[in-house]
Parts: sequence; C-alpha cells; structure tokens
Amino acid sequence: MAEAVLKSKKRSSSGIFNTKWEPLIYLAPFLIGVIIFTLYPFFNIILISFKEGYRQMTGAFQSFGFDNYVHIFTDPYFINALKNTAMYVGFVVPISTALSLFFANLLNQKIKGIGIFQTAFFLPMVTSVTAIGLVWKLMFNDRIGVINAMLGLFGVERIEWLLDPAMNIWALIIYGIWNMMPFTIIILLSGLQNIDPLYYTAAKVDGASSRKQFFRITVPLLAPTIGLTCIINMISASKVFGELFPLFSGRPGTAYNLFTMVYYIYYEFNVARHLGYAAAASIILFIIVFVFTMIQLYVQRRWRYY
Amino acid sequence: MQIKIDHLTKKFPDTTAVDDFTMEFESGKLTALLGPSGCGKSTMLNMLAGILPATDGHIYFDDDDVTDMPPQKRGVGLVFQNYALYPHMTVLENICFPLEIQKVNKAERIEKAKEMAKLVHVDQYLDRKPKELSGGQQQRVAIARALIKTPRLLLLDEPLSNLDARLRIEMREEIRRIQQETKVTTIFVTHDQEEAMSISDSIVLMKDGILMQVDKPQALYDDPNHTFVASFLGNPPINNLEGIINDAGDFELKDHSATIKLNEKKGIKGEEVILGIRPEAITIGPDFNTKAEILERYTMGKEELANIKIGSAELRVYISVDHDCKKGDVIDLVLRNKGVFLFDKASGKRL
Repeated sequence: MAEAVLKSKKRSSSGIFNTKWEPLIYLAPFLIGVIIFTLYPFFNIILISFKEGYRQMTGAFQSFGFDNYVHIFTDPYFINALKNTAMYVGFVVPISTALSLFFANLLNQKIKGIGIFQTAFFLPMVTSVTAIGLVWKLMFNDRIGVINAMLGLFGVERIEWLLDPAMNIWALIIYGIWNMMPFTIIILLSGLQNIDPLYYTAAKVDGASSRKQFFRITVPLLAPTIGLTCIINMISASKVFGELFPLFSGRPGTAYNLFTMVYYIYYEFNVARHLGYAAAASIILFIIVFVFTMIQLYVQRRWRYY
Repeated sequence: MQIKIDHLTKKFPDTTAVDDFTMEFESGKLTALLGPSGCGKSTMLNMLAGILPATDGHIYFDDDDVTDMPPQKRGVGLVFQNYALYPHMTVLENICFPLEIQKVNKAERIEKAKEMAKLVHVDQYLDRKPKELSGGQQQRVAIARALIKTPRLLLLDEPLSNLDARLRIEMREEIRRIQQETKVTTIFVTHDQEEAMSISDSIVLMKDGILMQVDKPQALYDDPNHTFVASFLGNPPINNLEGIINDAGDFELKDHSATIKLNEKKGIKGEEVILGIRPEAITIGPDFNTKAEILERYTMGKEELANIKIGSAELRVYISVDHDCKKGDVIDLVLRNKGVFLFDKASGKRL
C-alpha cells in the first residue's frame, strides 16, 4: 500500500513538473519577453555606448572605450540638449505641480456639476500627445493663433513662439505644463480624498481660515503624494520628445536650437546614424533620471511623518 | 457658562434627529448626553459646536444667541471621537495649533501648551507624533488642544468609545478630574449608561431625538419618569412585567397567572400597565405575599443573582447570600418601596 503511494508520487514527479523548475515554465512567457525586449537591449546599449563606429548590420566597431562619451560631451548640440532638458524639467515640473494642486483642491469641493469639471480636466489624458501638439502648434501660430490673439487683448505684442528661436523653449514649456497637469491632478485628487475631513472640521472649530487649512493641513498631509508625482513627472519630463516633435514639424526648434536629450538620441540614431553616440547619450539620460529618483526617494522618506 | 436650548430642532431629509428640545445646561458642570445610537445626541453636540446648523429653535450661551454663529466665534473646544489629531504635527504643535490660528506669539503659546500638557499629563511626550501615542494619550492631547483656548464650553463626542475597557475607566476619571480642575462647562456624548452615571453631574437622556429626562444620575435611576428611562439605566436591567391593575388595586399579570401586591396604590383600576422591578427591589422572607420559583442561581463576581418565576413572568433579581435557597425552591417575597415603578402601557409614562 505504502509502496503504491510512493510509486504514484514518483511517477507524477517525472520530468520538469513538481521540481523547483516548474514555476519557471509558467513565468517563461513573461520572462522571455522581458529578456528580449528589456534586459538584452539594456545591457547591449551599455556595450554599444563603448563601441566607437559601431555598425548595426555587421556588428563591427573600431575601438572599445570612452570615445563616444568624449564625443557627446564635446558636442555643442548635446550640451544644448542637456541645458534645454534641464530647463524644461526645472520649469514644467514645479509649475505644473503647483497648478495641479490648485485645481485638484478646487475639484475636491462638493459643488453641483463637479463631475463635468472633473471630466473636463481629465480629458487631455486620453488624447494623443501628438494630435494635441498639432492643435497647440496652431494656437502658438504668431498670426492666426489664439494665444497671441488673447495676449493682444492685454496689449502684448505679437510673439513669434514657433519662429523666434529664443521663444521656442517657452512654447514647449507652456505646452508641457498643460500636458502634465491631468495626470498630476488625478493623483493629487486621490490623495486629497484620502485626507480625513475631520481634520478640517477640527481646524474650522478652532477658526482656521481656508488658507491656513490649505497650508497647515492639506499640503503637509499631501506631501508624500506631491513627492510621488514629482518623481514621476521629473522622469517623464526628462524624456520630453512627444511634445517637441509636432510643435516644430519634427525639427528640434526653428534653428536646431531646441535639442532635448531624447531628441538628441533620436537624431543620432535615426538621422545621423551614429549608434554609439545615441547609446552613450541614452546611458547619460539613464544616469540622470536614476540619480534624480534616488534623491527624491531619499527626500520623500525624510518627509513622511506618519 | 450657562447654555439654554429653546425649542431646538434638527431635521434631515428623511429623519428628525433632534425634536423640539428645550432645556438648560448648568454652568461649570459636567453633563452627559446619553442615549442609544441614533438618538440624536451627536447631532445635538454638533449643533452646540456650530458644525451643524439648526433647523429651528435657538441656542443661547449665557445671554448671547449663538444659533447662527460660526463655530470659531462660539468659543467651544471640541474633542472628536477619534481625536482628529493632526498626524503631521507633534504633540506640542497639535496643542499649540488653536493659538497659532489666533496669532498668539510663539513663546506664549508654547508656554500655555506646556501648561495644558501638564494638566492632562502628557508633558513627557511633547515631541512625539500622535501615532506614537496610545489611545488614552491621544485622548489627553485632544483634550489639551480643546482646552488651550480657554473655551466657554468643552464638548466631547463619545470620548471613551475608542479605548479598551481598563483605559476607559482610567480616562473617565481623568475627564472628571480635568473638568473639576478647570471648572469649564462640559458636555459629553455617550451611549454607555455606566459611563454617564459614574462621572457626570447630570444626565440628559434622549431617545429618537426626544428629550426623555434630565436629572442627576442617581435621581434618574431612582425616579424615572418613563419606562424607557427605567430600562435604559441599570445593569442588570430592570424587569418589566406587563399586566393590569385589578379591582383591589394590585398588579395582575396579563394572563392572570399571578398577582403582585403593590405597596403603593395609585387609585386606578382596570388599566393596562407595565410594572418595573429593579433587580435589587425585592425582599425574601417567610410569610411574604408573593410566591416565586427559583429557576437558576448564579454568582457573577461578588453578586448573587437568580432567575425567578412569578406566575408566568420571569425576573432576574439579586438574592442575599444569607438566603439558602436553590434551584427549584419556592420562595416568598415582597416588593420594596424603592426601585418599583408603575408605567402606563400605552404612553410609557410613569403613573
């Protein structure tokens, strides 16, 4: 009897099943995908970034070293891309976060028809960044655009948003701020809705003004959520590309003055066909994003007091 | 500060939470708003605090009509059921917050906060965050925060219901002590009759938004004006027997299975009544007028209780340890004067 049980157990454990490898079979479809499309390219791109004169088809290269990195850091277009990206992140993330906080707070009120407003604010999330970019391109038009028309009402002279190289980045930043808000508002709104309304009742009994309530209760209690959106938005703003492409018909600004990190990678890879430079720039972008994230996580951890 | 409530009513779309309340709260006293859940006691408290607007009627603080006054102008301190301490502030900052809003300068408000912390015994935890405190300590901080602006009225919403049984007894005595030290007029909401009985100067008993009776705790127990009041107070609860008053003026059970002689005749007969007998309101001895069978006898701590049967009615009563009776015995008993009440069956009112 015992022998029979033992035997049947043995039979069922034949092959790969019932061994420590079994879970791998079930994980395989996902793992294979990750390995082919994420892990392999990630490590390959590190390798390519060290190969000078790398050719995609043959895999041939001239030398192995830091030549690609030396090149991009002496390339004025890359330096320009770094500057533009930093400026973009530096303006878009704080301004869109502040505006989102303001609007999220408004959208959190209990008033009639709030659903309509909420939908209106979230709508940009489901639209295509390129399609909306084309609309913004039209709005930024210096002759027929609605933005100049409105500014004109306040006596502002015609601004050549998309023609004057000095104004290009501001057009991109304004569009970027608008584009980032819906997502930020959703996250902040969900954070706001998690705050116990009793804190506000308590503050009201003590006579706290709505300003005081906002800065002494809402903002501190929302700080972890604000930190989270900042990290996510900094990462996504560092990778600005989809906003840039439609505004200037695929060019990086009027006079190739508005390279961003990702546009530089795209340009070196797709247009100039310098795979090594593109790879090196990618690694630099990765390091920047990584460092930012680490700093933010550290700050956020020190911020969280409950 | 004396609080006068004049025909106060609060209606919600589908219920009337407080129905035509008229009463006065004594100055400098601790008053309990007592009642089962949903009786409107928290609504009452929120109206006193000014968080909820009244539908009708008036509230007076001394001579001021505060009915339409916003909460911050009323000078009330409010302690919430779950304390509502700001989680991102330390104990000291929490206690300081009401003064911070009043723009009291920092040194002064910290000094005052420390004084308050000392009063409620949390002065050694000033730098902690609320989550680092026990429930009882959070409660103390909440009380200190409510008291720091020297309110005219201190309101506590179910202050003890989030605490475990032992802490509850400790905290209720603390609330009593703090109230007596500060002499602030205090109103607290509770559904626990023992809590209300043990610390308050007077109890306001509510049911379904209606004021049932206001009195000192012992008076409420000894002299209830309604069968609800008699039933709500007391543990073990009062025994309610339904029946009629017979021609002799005595109580007869509905199914005529037994008659209980009443000490005090009310001069009525034939009326349907409820006879309320507190568990401690019987005396057992030979030759007494009512026969009862002992169904069960048990000891709960120091108390000797028994379930007895008079006719078809079952009662739970205290039995003195001297009485050597056991299950199945038939005893003679008589009602005492104190703790026996006759209520009208239809209205529930005391006869």
